[in-house]
Amino acid sequence: MDERKKKFETIDLVLYYGNFQALKRISLPIIEKSITALIGPSGCGKSTFLRTLNRMNDLIEGVRITGDVLLDGKSIYAPKVDVVALRKQVGMVFQRPNPFPMSVFDNIAYGPRIHGINNRKELNEIVEKSIRAAALWDEVKDLLMKPALSLSGGQQQRLCIARVLAVEPDVILMDEPCSALDPISTAKIEDLMLELKNNYTIITVTHNMQQAARVSEQTAFFLSGELIEYGRTDLIFTNPADKRTEDYITGRFG
Amino acid sequence: MTKQLSLGLAGVQRSGGNNNSSTIRKPGSLLNHAKRTEAEAVAAKVMLWFAGLLTLFILAAIISHILGEGLGVINLRFLLEEPKRMGREGGIFSTIVGTFALTSLAILLATPVSVGAAVYLTEYVKKGRLVRIIRFGTECLAGIPSIIFGLFGYVFFVDYLGFGWSLLSGGLTLMVMILPTIIRTAEEAIKAVPNSYREGSLALGATKWQTVRRVVLPAAIPGIVTGVILGIGRAIGETAAVILTAGSSLRIPTSLFDPLRTMSVHLYIVSSEGLSKQASYGTATVLIVAIFLINFITGRLMGRFAASFKSR
Repeated sequence: MDERKKKFETIDLVLYYGNFQALKRISLPIIEKSITALIGPSGCGKSTFLRTLNRMNDLIEGVRITGDVLLDGKSIYAPKVDVVALRKQVGMVFQRPNPFPMSVFDNIAYGPRIHGINNRKELNEIVEKSIRAAALWDEVKDLLMKPALSLSGGQQQRLCIARVLAVEPDVILMDEPCSALDPISTAKIEDLMLELKNNYTIITVTHNMQQAARVSEQTAFFLSGELIEYGRTDLIFTNPADKRTEDYITGRFG
Repeated sequence: MTKQLSLGLAGVQRSGGNNNSSTIRKPGSLLNHAKRTEAEAVAAKVMLWFAGLLTLFILAAIISHILGEGLGVINLRFLLEEPKRMGREGGIFSTIVGTFALTSLAILLATPVSVGAAVYLTEYVKKGRLVRIIRFGTECLAGIPSIIFGLFGYVFFVDYLGFGWSLLSGGLTLMVMILPTIIRTAEEAIKAVPNSYREGSLALGATKWQTVRRVVLPAAIPGIVTGVILGIGRAIGETAAVILTAGSSLRIPTSLFDPLRTMSVHLYIVSSEGLSKQASYGTATVLIVAIFLINFITGRLMGRFAASFKSR
């Protein structure tokens, strides 16, 4: 179908939380340097799926995974995989902005510092570059030493995006990044996503179907842990193949 | 004649005359019941109010008596002069130094151990038998009477290890005593750090230890400091354990192996041997003021600590 390169590919991915099966044999490709939206009703497994891509599910007790997830063709669940390096390559932005209780500068510099960069000049450059890339520079350039928590919600979320960009990932996972924000901040972040996709592979979980239609090139529809349909966004929204997809998109449920 | 079934329920009234089982209560009994409930509520309120007042009264009585007799004794000379004639005259300077030295040493030793234990228990090992055993041990430790700590300290530090009655023996003994206090508070402080911080850090490629050191612990510091101050409060007033391990020498300690006397020990000796009423009350006053100050500071810190997390 798509000749563009696959950044990720999941193969028959199954996930159990204890006895509950949250993901049922998901085989989904993620095209690189584009935006893929994951949509579906609450509890359908889309956030769970997202978190398998950077192994954040490892943090939860009682999680069992079978099947595989390939990043650039290599399994990320193989025994010797360096999870720390994986998470540097695959960054994540959360639903509620979660800046650390530190200054704006220290927040952005956190990533580079833990990966060994301590030179002040280098850090200054990285911080500025990341904040500019997150379309936040004009707003915070004079506030770098202020507590990050003093920023507005929308600014905090862009700060979190800048924080992720500072570690130079290939992939940015976004778990409903705008659901805690007002419409204007949401619009800013959507614009940012469209800019970033030229250089990063972006996968975003969203409850907002208009958003999915606006920003993404591919969309995957999840329902009760299953992948119902995946394809080009414009096709999914105008001519879905599966009736359940159609019902969800037209608002008959969810 | 029909038998009247006893329902076994207290207070249930039967309709007069009739054996009609559908009218068990008299019309007026509902009102009586409501009145009785209200009377009980009022009585309870009065008794609780009285209990609170009694507590306050007792505290006020103690404080006012001690301060009443003692405040007059306190002056710069009392605080800065050394005790003379075994405490019958002079000031309490060497005991102030002793208290300060001993408490400082105990805190210096206890804090890293406690914080380490708290981090281990909350971040690294959450379930399992080992954790339950450690927790149980900590709780038991918290309940051991201080004289037993004194006995242990004497046998182990003073005698077996040969440290003698000294700042070191006393400091080590007090350290063990205040470990549970600081561990408990530090644990709560660490648990109160929002998980979103940990997730954010790990998602950037940090290891668990990096996350703990750079995000969790700094965020937990206000609470940990509160725990340390509570530990100070406990150590400052400790008498039984100190007398058996640090001794009661009136000389100012100049090394770790010197014996010393703390204010609480001084108060004990001066009172029980009837050496000086003034010294007794004066020392007690200084101790009370110190503890009040510590509680006040702790209260303010705890307030700020709680508030800074509400804003998240």
